[in-house]
Amino acid sequence: MREVALLILGAGPAGLAAAIEARARGLEVLLLDENHGPGGQVHRAVGGSYTPARGSPGADQAREGLRLIEAFRACGAEARFGASLWAVEEDRSVIWSEGGVARRARAGVLLLCPGAIERPLPIPGWTLPGVMGVGAAQTLLKSAGLLPEGRAWLAGQGPLLWLYAAQVLARGGRIAGILDLSPPGGWRRAARHLPAALTAPGYLLRGLGWMARLRRAGVPVIRARALAAEGGERLTHIVFDGRREAADLLLLHDGVAPNTQITRAIQGCAHVWDEAQASLRPVLDPWGRTSRPGILVAGDGAGIGGARAAALSGRIAALEAARQLGALTEEQRDALAGPLLLRRAAELAPRPFLDALFPPLPAARIPDGTILCRCEEVTAGRVRAATALGAQGPNQLKAYLRAGMGPCQGRVCGPAVQAVMAAARGVPPGALEGLRTRFPTRPVTVGELASLA
Amino acid sequence: MFRRSGPTDCTILWEGRALPARAGEPLAAALLAAGVVAFRETPVSGAPRGPFCLMGACFDCLVEVEGVPNRQACLVPVTPGMRAGPQRGARGAP
Repeated sequence: MREVALLILGAGPAGLAAAIEARARGLEVLLLDENHGPGGQVHRAVGGSYTPARGSPGADQAREGLRLIEAFRACGAEARFGASLWAVEEDRSVIWSEGGVARRARAGVLLLCPGAIERPLPIPGWTLPGVMGVGAAQTLLKSAGLLPEGRAWLAGQGPLLWLYAAQVLARGGRIAGILDLSPPGGWRRAARHLPAALTAPGYLLRGLGWMARLRRAGVPVIRARALAAEGGERLTHIVFDGRREAADLLLLHDGVAPNTQITRAIQGCAHVWDEAQASLRPVLDPWGRTSRPGILVAGDGAGIGGARAAALSGRIAALEAARQLGALTEEQRDALAGPLLLRRAAELAPRPFLDALFPPLPAARIPDGTILCRCEEVTAGRVRAATALGAQGPNQLKAYLRAGMGPCQGRVCGPAVQAVMAAARGVPPGALEGLRTRFPTRPVTVGELASLA
Repeated sequence: MFRRSGPTDCTILWEGRALPARAGEPLAAALLAAGVVAFRETPVSGAPRGPFCLMGACFDCLVEVEGVPNRQACLVPVTPGMRAGPQRGARGAP
């Protein structure tokens, strides 16, 4: 079997920065990503189909992304794109599929940088064609230059919603309105975190700039508490707080959460429920070490910190990998990591403010008729009924309702099911065992399996 | 739902119908830009579904590509002349 010193999963900011740092320490690096180019979600197609005009919303971040991608291309790491990892074995060998063929390599150190996924915002009718995530629409903008057409509504809360809206306007697109679903009292809740946030004022100023751009363009921003999507074969209307409006596209957003589908499937890799982010995250030390030797996690997959913090975490983890592989002494690692740890702390300073401003929407308020598990079409009401019958948590619920057992394997519904069950039982979500995932973490064909033999 | 802000450079075949596309873009983007909103029908209720997350997580954009079912249209890059169609109900054995 092929042996690799450092195997990195994910070509977002964390994975790219880790690869560059590891190569600078002389390590052999193999990087896998299921997308077809570097950048991850945040720097997707930067320098290609996504090249924002100077000074336009997102342009600063794209420039940082381009620098990272160029440095990665020059660093000498082996990159394999269109490569979907689906197993991590006891000896740190990993298996991935690429072009219909499965491949395997054993990693001296395995660094997982799986990034974030959009936290689901379950509302009645959210499975209709025409309803998708704000992040999804932004991906279409970056990867194919698509802009919303017709009556496009944005709903939910969080920085990405405002950034995307500003990006659409900057490109001549139109938005029918924004439904602000953020819980009331955000600024009051967040005020005590403001001094820390002001140590990195760029984040706040950019956000206020996006909001000002929307106000200038006359986009209605409407505070709403409840929202539903309606339609037959596709979305035709939205209903909010007693109002009914025509809609061709509804984009939902409730922040992003760590993607833990792979780390949770690794035996003995401990996770905890993160209250502020309403999701599971792996238990890590400052170097990114998991509870499994030789397996590290960096970037938003470790807890949401944004692109810059992710890149710093990637470099820090790469230095630790170099120590584990004998390329650095502990003293050398500490000396190199010192400034990076300080910079990461500075980048993370605004996070408590943002977490307090946009706390994930409460699961207890999801109406009974709303589908939670999109794959198996299981409603919140059925989840609550099964909980009343005695289902203790998401893993036992599978036997009752198959929630979390469809093609997505609980990627989308997992945290929502956990929060709804916890609310129904009157306990904090962290008191329930999170949905266990298993390898293979994506559908694999018989042909791919056979190619391993 | 969506419109393009840039040019196309090839065509793909969706249920035998030629649609404009751009090589290398996600198949899901090409279909949405051409006005295709429902990519599949669910195995549970037969309800129509379209892409939701566009980043490989939700599996709501499952389609058949070149006769292979269960492909995530958001992760499949367009190649000129690519043949694809909706996935109705449960996938068959690939």
